[in-house]
Amino acid sequence: MNAGMTSVVIIVCYLGLLLTLGLLSSRSSRGTSADYFLASRGIGPFLLLMSLFGTTMTAFALVGSSGEAFKSGIGVYGKMASSSGIIHSACFFLVGIKLWSFGKRHGYVTQIQFFRDRFESDKIGLVLFPVLVGLVIPYLLIGVISSGSVIQGMTAGAFPEMFPNDIARFNGSVPYWLGAAVICLVVMIYVFFGGVRGTAWANAFQTIVFMILGCVTFWVIAAELGGPAAATKLVQQHNPAKLKVVITPQDMDHYEEKLAAYTADPVAEVIKPRKPHGIGQLAFLTYLFIPLSVGMFPHLFQHWLTARSAKSFRLSVIAHPLMIMIVWVPCVLIGVWATSAVVHGKPVIPPNLANSNLVLTIMVKKMTSPVLGGFLTAGILAAIMSSLDSQFLCVGSIFTNDIAAHYVGRDKLTDKQKLFIGRGFVIFVVAVTYFIAVQWKSKSVFQMAIWCFSGFASLFPLVFASVYWRRASKAGAYACVLTAAASWIYLFRDSGYGANREYLFLDMMPVATMVIWSSWAMIVVSLMSPPPSRETLDKFFTPADSAGASPNA
Amino acid sequence: MKIVVFGLIVLLAVAHQSYWWWDGSDFLVLGFVPVGLAYHAGVSITAATLWAMAVKFCWPTIAHDGEGAEAVGAGDGNTGGRS
Repeated sequence: MNAGMTSVVIIVCYLGLLLTLGLLSSRSSRGTSADYFLASRGIGPFLLLMSLFGTTMTAFALVGSSGEAFKSGIGVYGKMASSSGIIHSACFFLVGIKLWSFGKRHGYVTQIQFFRDRFESDKIGLVLFPVLVGLVIPYLLIGVISSGSVIQGMTAGAFPEMFPNDIARFNGSVPYWLGAAVICLVVMIYVFFGGVRGTAWANAFQTIVFMILGCVTFWVIAAELGGPAAATKLVQQHNPAKLKVVITPQDMDHYEEKLAAYTADPVAEVIKPRKPHGIGQLAFLTYLFIPLSVGMFPHLFQHWLTARSAKSFRLSVIAHPLMIMIVWVPCVLIGVWATSAVVHGKPVIPPNLANSNLVLTIMVKKMTSPVLGGFLTAGILAAIMSSLDSQFLCVGSIFTNDIAAHYVGRDKLTDKQKLFIGRGFVIFVVAVTYFIAVQWKSKSVFQMAIWCFSGFASLFPLVFASVYWRRASKAGAYACVLTAAASWIYLFRDSGYGANREYLFLDMMPVATMVIWSSWAMIVVSLMSPPPSRETLDKFFTPADSAGASPNA
Repeated sequence: MKIVVFGLIVLLAVAHQSYWWWDGSDFLVLGFVPVGLAYHAGVSITAATLWAMAVKFCWPTIAHDGEGAEAVGAGDGNTGGRS
């Protein structure tokens, strides 16, 4: 059996196992929409940690981080990982627990239900619905694109007659379109049967799988390169700028010298130097705004509401930064090592590789055994699917509860009808996402994630003000959402619709401008408009809450 | 204590900027981790420690903690807001 076929067999077995788990979890279901969407609010600390972590760590954490480290060096960890360790836990602690409490007390299933009540406005749901779904779709794309790319990259040679390809490394691979379609289908099936309980179980299982396999693969790759010290030494020799965050003129001179030597004699030099990419201090600082997106992810909101008690959050708040570190540090090191990795006198990464999403899969394929490569592929797919499932479920939940049930009439729909509508909308969104993913297969996962997360982060002032600022008003909420949307569209357009990968606005990441503008709109318009009614304030700002971690006003 | 813990978290966010390690590629921790990456791994560990302190000393008082309480059903309490 060749390496490609070995990967195919392991992937098929893994997907079969996952489907079994989803079907088993459906046996614990009570058969109600409450159980399907919220697991009857009975998830304990460990499953909550795994759900939250598995959901936030997507293909972006494995494929995107290694690809971005390959391009830009170790700075990606500070930009996205250590900052997330601080900010994500802050969101869980300061926002998540509050929202869980409101959800428990008032029976919310979605963010929009909460915002409708808090801001005393039915129509804010119609404004938020397209914004949230519109931002979830790129997030789904990240997973679908990555899964298609990973399966194609890891199954070369499996079906040479059925799927011939002019590009040697893809000859006989499961095609991108087919790999992405299979993953969408598998996730849809276990979400359909298991609901949020199924996704929690699957996430726990998949998170354990990708963390263990990630660590094992890291050490195997390090050993292949002569040990971790030798691997880093190669980078010091050939691409030292990848071990730094800022780039100096000396680094550029060193790169130009190395490039000239490589161009003159590519056989002798072996390693093609990679162009250094640094980051300015202001840009680095403003990356801190991006993890605020966690406060507004609709799928995380749904997972928060599944918690059995407020105490269930404790483990997530503490362990989340450590788990990010365990996943990201090996990925970043593998990405950096890939710039200069040589095996048997040949570079591991092709000199003219354009798609950095492929870096991890190429490293794994060329430097591990077919069996381990197959298992790691399953691990990467686990990370991808543990996010896709929650996102699929949340879009179904939003449409069912905030549009269908809300406008048709909650009492007029049976539980069975609600589940049918939710699943139908999931199929529609997955179909749209899949067709976009087929067209956009070479888009950078990292760039797409940055714009997607920036959009959610720009709405963070809405949720923060809603739970901590009594004066936050209906008009302020509309102004905040519309300003966030307008600023996102303006800056995205200004960046050439994401084509300018180095795009900064006033030397800052565009997310900073979005958050500042939407915060300003929320504050100014709220102060200029009538405050919420006494009834609403009493509902959301009780004396007991006021004694909490932060003041309400 | 609450002020101390949240103050330390703000300090950590400042320390996260790490300008002082940005330019070194020669110094390796454990012989293979670039100092800039090792520093930020340290930020992650410190974040976990500080959030553990926040959980211990600053845990919010929630009116409806739910410990031992009957779970509330989905979608049964939404009033739909007012236009």
